[in-house]
Amino acid sequence: MAEMDTSSGGGKHKKGPGVKKGKKLSTRVDLTPMVDLGFLLITFFIFTTTMSHPTAMNLYLPKDTDKPEEQNKAKESGALTLLLGKDNNIFYYEGILAPDASNFKSSNFGVGEDGIRNVLLRKKATTNADDLVVVIKPTKECTYKNVVDILDEMKINVIKRYALVKIFDIENELVAKSEVATN
Amino acid sequence: MGRAKLPRKSTAVDMTAMCDVAFLLLAFFILTTKFKPEEAITVVTPNSVSAKPAEEKDFVIVTIDATGKVFLSMDDEEKKEYIANSLNQTKNLGLDVNAFKKASFFGTPFSSLKSYLALEDNQRKGALLPGIPIDTVKGNNEMIEWMQLIATAYQGLKLRNLYVKGDNNSKYPSFEAVIEAFKKNDFMKFQMITNPEAVPVGSEYFKLKDQGGNIEE
Repeated sequence: MAEMDTSSGGGKHKKGPGVKKGKKLSTRVDLTPMVDLGFLLITFFIFTTTMSHPTAMNLYLPKDTDKPEEQNKAKESGALTLLLGKDNNIFYYEGILAPDASNFKSSNFGVGEDGIRNVLLRKKATTNADDLVVVIKPTKECTYKNVVDILDEMKINVIKRYALVKIFDIENELVAKSEVATN
Repeated sequence: MGRAKLPRKSTAVDMTAMCDVAFLLLAFFILTTKFKPEEAITVVTPNSVSAKPAEEKDFVIVTIDATGKVFLSMDDEEKKEYIANSLNQTKNLGLDVNAFKKASFFGTPFSSLKSYLALEDNQRKGALLPGIPIDTVKGNNEMIEWMQLIATAYQGLKLRNLYVKGDNNSKYPSFEAVIEAFKKNDFMKFQMITNPEAVPVGSEYFKLKDQGGNIEE
C-alpha cells in the first residue's frame, strides 16, 4: 500500500526510453561499522596514553674510602656477600670467605628453594636485625638489570642495610672459575 | 491458523547517536594523550617495585644504553648556560651557548662537542654518537668533569633529581664509571629510573605495605 516498491521485480517494467536502472536504492546507511571503527580508535588512544610513569629507585652510596676496613666493620656473623656474575649467575657466602672457599655457594634470580630471595629470607631469619648487612659486589660481566634486580630484592625483603662495593680480586677469580665449571 | 501475523517491526537500531558518543570519547582521548617525547636514545629500563614517580622537570639524567655508551640530559637552561660559559672559559671550546642551552642531551667527548652542537636536531641520534668517554682504565672518565660542572652550576642549591637511566643489557663497568663520577663529586644519593612492577604477593615488603607501612628512603 504505502510501501515503496524496491523489489528488482519491478525493474522489469520499462520506465522510459533507454533507462536501464529501474531499481531504487535505499539511502539509509548502516552506521554500525563506523561505531566499531570509533571504538577501535578509542581503545588505541586509551592504551597509548601513558598511564604508568617511570618510577625512580633510590640508591645511597657509601662514602668512598677505598680502604677495606670499611667493609670489615660489618659484623662477620651478620654479613652476607652477594657476587653478581655473568648470565644472571649469583654467588654468595656468609661472613668472611673461607680460605678453601668452602662457604662459597651459587644461586639464581628465581624464586625456587635456592633462589636468592629464599637465601635472603633465610639469612634474615637467622640474624639479628642490627647485624644484618648485605654486601653486593658486581663483577665486570654482570648487567645493569642484575644490579637493579638485586637492589629490588633488598626492597622486597625489607633489608635495611646494604652496600654496593667493589669486588676483590680473589672473589673475581673464584666467580670466573665457578662459571667455567658450571658451563 | 487463522490468526493474523503480528506486524513485523524493524529491529535495526539507529546507530547515529552511538557514533556521536564514540567520536566524542575519541576526541577526549586524543586531546588528553601525552605522547612520550621522541627519545633519541632507546633504553629499556629494568623493573622494580619502587613506587616513587620520576620527576618530569628539574632533573639531570645520565643515560646508559645497551652498548654501554653514556649520555647526559638536563632541562634547566640557566644551569646549562653556566656550564657552557665555564667550558668556554676553561677549555676554550668556543661553544655556541644558545645551541648548548637548547640541546636536550649530550653524548660526545668535549672535543667533539662543538661539531655536535652544529648538527640539526633530527641528526642527533644516540645510535650514531660515541657517547661521553668513561674509560677508567685509560683515565679518561669525562663524566667526572661533567658532574663537576653540574656541581658548580648547582652550587648552593640541592640537586634533588639526579637520575640514572640504564638499559637492561648494559654491562656493569659503564654503571661503575658513572657511580665513580658521582662519588668523586660528592653526589652520594641518586635514583635509578625503572618501570613499575607489582610487589610480589606474600613477600616481606608486601606484608609491610599491607600493614600500612612503607620503607621511607
